[in-house]
Amino acid sequence: MDKVMSDKRMIALYVIPSLLLILAIIYLPIVLTGYYGLMEWDGISKMTFIGLDNYATLLQDEKFWSSVNHSLLFAVLSAVFLIVYMAVALVLAGRIRGANLFRKIYLIPMLLSSVAIAQLWLKIYHPTTGILNDLLASLGFKNTPEWLADPSVVLGALFVPILWQYAGFYILIYYAAFKNIPGSLVEAARIDGASSLQIALRIKVPLIAEVIKVTIVLAVVGSLKYFDLIYVMTDGGPNGASEVMASYMYHKAFRGFDFGYGSAIGFFLLLICLVATWGIRKLTATKDSIQYS
Amino acid sequence: MITANKALNYRTDRTSRKIGGRIGYGILYTVLVLAAAVQLLPLVWLLFFSLKNSQEVFNLPPFALPSKLHWENYESVWSQSNISRYFMNSVWITLVSVVLTILLASFVTFAITRMRWKLRSFVLGLFMVGLMIPVHSTLIPLFNLFQKLHLTDSQVSLILSYTAFNLPITIMILLGFYYALPKEVEEAALMDGCSVNRIFFQIVLPMTASVIVTAGIINMIYNWNEFIFVNTFISSDHLKTLTVGVQNFVGQYTTNWGAVGATLMISIMPILLAFFLLSNRIVEGIAAGSVKG
Repeated sequence: MDKVMSDKRMIALYVIPSLLLILAIIYLPIVLTGYYGLMEWDGISKMTFIGLDNYATLLQDEKFWSSVNHSLLFAVLSAVFLIVYMAVALVLAGRIRGANLFRKIYLIPMLLSSVAIAQLWLKIYHPTTGILNDLLASLGFKNTPEWLADPSVVLGALFVPILWQYAGFYILIYYAAFKNIPGSLVEAARIDGASSLQIALRIKVPLIAEVIKVTIVLAVVGSLKYFDLIYVMTDGGPNGASEVMASYMYHKAFRGFDFGYGSAIGFFLLLICLVATWGIRKLTATKDSIQYS
Repeated sequence: MITANKALNYRTDRTSRKIGGRIGYGILYTVLVLAAAVQLLPLVWLLFFSLKNSQEVFNLPPFALPSKLHWENYESVWSQSNISRYFMNSVWITLVSVVLTILLASFVTFAITRMRWKLRSFVLGLFMVGLMIPVHSTLIPLFNLFQKLHLTDSQVSLILSYTAFNLPITIMILLGFYYALPKEVEEAALMDGCSVNRIFFQIVLPMTASVIVTAGIINMIYNWNEFIFVNTFISSDHLKTLTVGVQNFVGQYTTNWGAVGATLMISIMPILLAFFLLSNRIVEGIAAGSVKG
């Protein structure tokens, strides 16, 4: 029996095609993006090696750093909003009639393409016929801004559809985690006279610490690589006011034909995502994981 | 005695809490309903303006339907543009990628959970790290790679990329199910001299049908909505998928809201349909694909 299940040929047959695929399409490119970052290259003619020039320019590039700031702002805001989602999930996981229906409704936007969502919100924000300014006008507001053309509000205006899109996803995850907590623990605390708020903050939230960590990583790393929605809605504009790391890379490479510089940005994006993942895990590390089964 | 006291306290506490509880419940419920409305109303608005003509979009209130619904918006968009072409491209690219991903991921998961070999935890690690790598960091090298292989402007590049990037999450979803699957049947089959291939195709694969459906839907949603690869690799209009096609088409018809609305509705319809039919599976798949990491 052991012999059949440790047949090297069969193992190779089952694993190697997939392994080659991810090595060629995921791992080779991330090495190459660092390498291309050392080149001057327009994507067509031959590359010339320029050492760390691209990376040095990157450190001085104000537009790049403003795109990094925008990405970081989205990351921090997304992480902060996790608290709201957690609160909603706490309520849903209590005795709420129709909780299952609610979490499904919340999830719907997350299933749609970012392009469709972006096009829909372009219409919502439309200065004259959009539903948002319609609504504000009927409430008596005048001089409503041109949401996506005004540099001072554009980031906020972009963040709203992002929230709308992902809220249901995080609520769903927290809901599942809260539902996993054994009822006996909560019941014991209640008999000891703990209030619902105490139970939520002292028992339920600490018990899902692992899940919270995962969601922080997802929210932060997800925000750092936002692209589709911003590309469609503002394309980084007006005048770079909503440029993020991925869109800046795309513009430099596929519009400016500076593939070497674009690769350097891509490599930086990779590093910052890995560092963020590692850092969040490190910062939130607990000595021993909680077990309740 | 002490416990009896506590139980008594608990009971009086509960009656006094009941009235406050009901008001609290009412407030919480209202908040949940409002949140559900915020998630749904933009989509309802989209459906409504997809059924209006240009005049009605400007003259009627946003949530009023015209007396005659303009279904011809859908007809004309479908017949007079490339939307039907894009739609079919999306369908077949999604289908091929999903089948390929599920098959390859099942091979790998089977080899990792059932077969004995030294490197399996390392290989599993390679797949799992793949989850953290931002697609954007691979974009320029992949573009260059596909160009060298003459695969740019070919849908093969899309299928390869979708499969590679979806393998990690698919393996993650399958893994939990494979670990929980009892091994008795397979062991009996081995005793009877069954080959690895027969065990995989005739015993294990059929037994994992339910998780395959779950993983398949998650894959379908990702592939259907994918934007940046199509936008970067494909330049011929007739090879594009819905996300990019919609983006280009809608860009040309910004003032014809009915056409834009109908196009967007067509692009999200398959996902909405899948959601109404299989929402439990989708919820399960999303929860499995995120928390268990």
